[in-house]
Amino acid sequence: MNGVLRLTLLTDALARLGRMALFLFNLLLQCLRALGRPGLVVAQIYNAGGRSLVIIMLSGLFTGMVLALLGFNLLQRFGSQEALGFAAALALIKELGPVLTALLFAGRAGTALTSEIGLMNATDQLTAMKMMAVDPLRYVAAPRFLGGVIAMPLLTAIFDIVGLFGAHTIGVRMMGVDNGSFWSQMQAAVGLHDVTEGITKSLVFGFVCSLIAVYEGYHAEPTAEGVGLATTRTVVASSVLTLLLDYMLTAAFL
Amino acid sequence: MVEVRDVHYAVRGRAIFRGLTLSARKGEITAVMGPSGTGKTTLLRLMTAQIQADAGTISVFGRDVAQMGSQQVFAMRRRMGMLFQNSALLSDLDVFENVAFPLREHTDLTEPLIRNLVLAKLNAVGLRGAADLMPAELSGGMARRVALARAVVMDPEVLIYDEPFVGLDPIALGMILRLIQQLNQALGITSIVVSHDVAELATIAHQSYLMAEGRVVAAGTPAELARSDSPIVSQFMSGKPDGPVPFDYPAPDIVTQLLDGEGA
Repeated sequence: MNGVLRLTLLTDALARLGRMALFLFNLLLQCLRALGRPGLVVAQIYNAGGRSLVIIMLSGLFTGMVLALLGFNLLQRFGSQEALGFAAALALIKELGPVLTALLFAGRAGTALTSEIGLMNATDQLTAMKMMAVDPLRYVAAPRFLGGVIAMPLLTAIFDIVGLFGAHTIGVRMMGVDNGSFWSQMQAAVGLHDVTEGITKSLVFGFVCSLIAVYEGYHAEPTAEGVGLATTRTVVASSVLTLLLDYMLTAAFL
Repeated sequence: MVEVRDVHYAVRGRAIFRGLTLSARKGEITAVMGPSGTGKTTLLRLMTAQIQADAGTISVFGRDVAQMGSQQVFAMRRRMGMLFQNSALLSDLDVFENVAFPLREHTDLTEPLIRNLVLAKLNAVGLRGAADLMPAELSGGMARRVALARAVVMDPEVLIYDEPFVGLDPIALGMILRLIQQLNQALGITSIVVSHDVAELATIAHQSYLMAEGRVVAAGTPAELARSDSPIVSQFMSGKPDGPVPFDYPAPDIVTQLLDGEGA
């Protein structure tokens, strides 16, 4: 019985993966056409990015502040507190910026995308579009997917900058780290390679989180419970995949 | 215009249609009636190629929908309009943009022309003054009238109404009824109205079909149906709670079930 259950779970997972791959293929085809309607994409960049700005900036600020506080205490033991700028910058740009932005994005924009598309489906809006000979993948899914993919690196960059501001405020203004050392150590130690790693991660996370959010919304059961479950699946799958991919990408960039 | 011949359709082993045959003639209002759960909405989904029949043929504009590719299905749908039971207005667009949506997607009309067309259609349903409202600000009857304006904005040849009278107050119901009739008479639109509101349909339909148990059990003009002495037709037309369509969902004998519960 256990074996049968395991087999069913495996085939279910494989079938789901296959459906998602097919969905992705069709979605990417429609993305090319959606690019011809920049107005729709820009509106979704605002929806996914602009509306996440406050939460991203606040989280970035506090993350930078905590980094500076912990980093200062740690580095002080070795008398190298001047390295705080470079430590905070590396941690933010390579790791915390992309990962935390993706997790916050999944919780804020991802859930909004899933529930919006799921409710559109439950209220027959997607069927109405099909009946008007308009493909909802092109009009609804593709602009939202593209909006998420484009918004994620921008949000990550803002997270990093605000995080550095937080680290600077705590490290330099409160703990007394030398301002010149803070910036010069950062400039000397952070290379293009690190920035590329951060941008690559944010692009991959943006792609994955947006795909999951759009897919789950599009395939949600057209009921209140179905939309709720799909929204939960979006957060869980996006978060776990973000952390898994983060490990793989970090290993690849070493 | 629309021909359904000997259609069979089942969902997860449960037969919805068992040899359904009906047709909608050009320029007429065809009523499809039946008790809840007889697959009326499923029939509309079959006619519009949203789902495929297991057996039998459905032809629209003289072509079998099962043989159509996705491009041909989209081309067919451009010649059709559909009014949904819950209106299905796009919630992120205002009333004007909802009606303009098909025009913007399928035509290269200039903005002034789109504006004139949309306002004319909204005027026809009496909602020109509501053009700037969002769908959430509309009552059920208003939303359905906007949906009707949207359904006719591309001048369809066939218009399909899915339960157009459900949940409407008598005034809104009267308005929708009058609009269906006007659209048919003034523009010659072939109309298929799926509903279980017998009295309303009888006033406008040219021909009616009564569906039960997966097939058509009676066909004719509403007056002919009203005169029928078939038990199922008379039960439906006069709204008797019990008859060939049972009041009770199939269940074991109540005494046996209650006594079983006691012993458990």
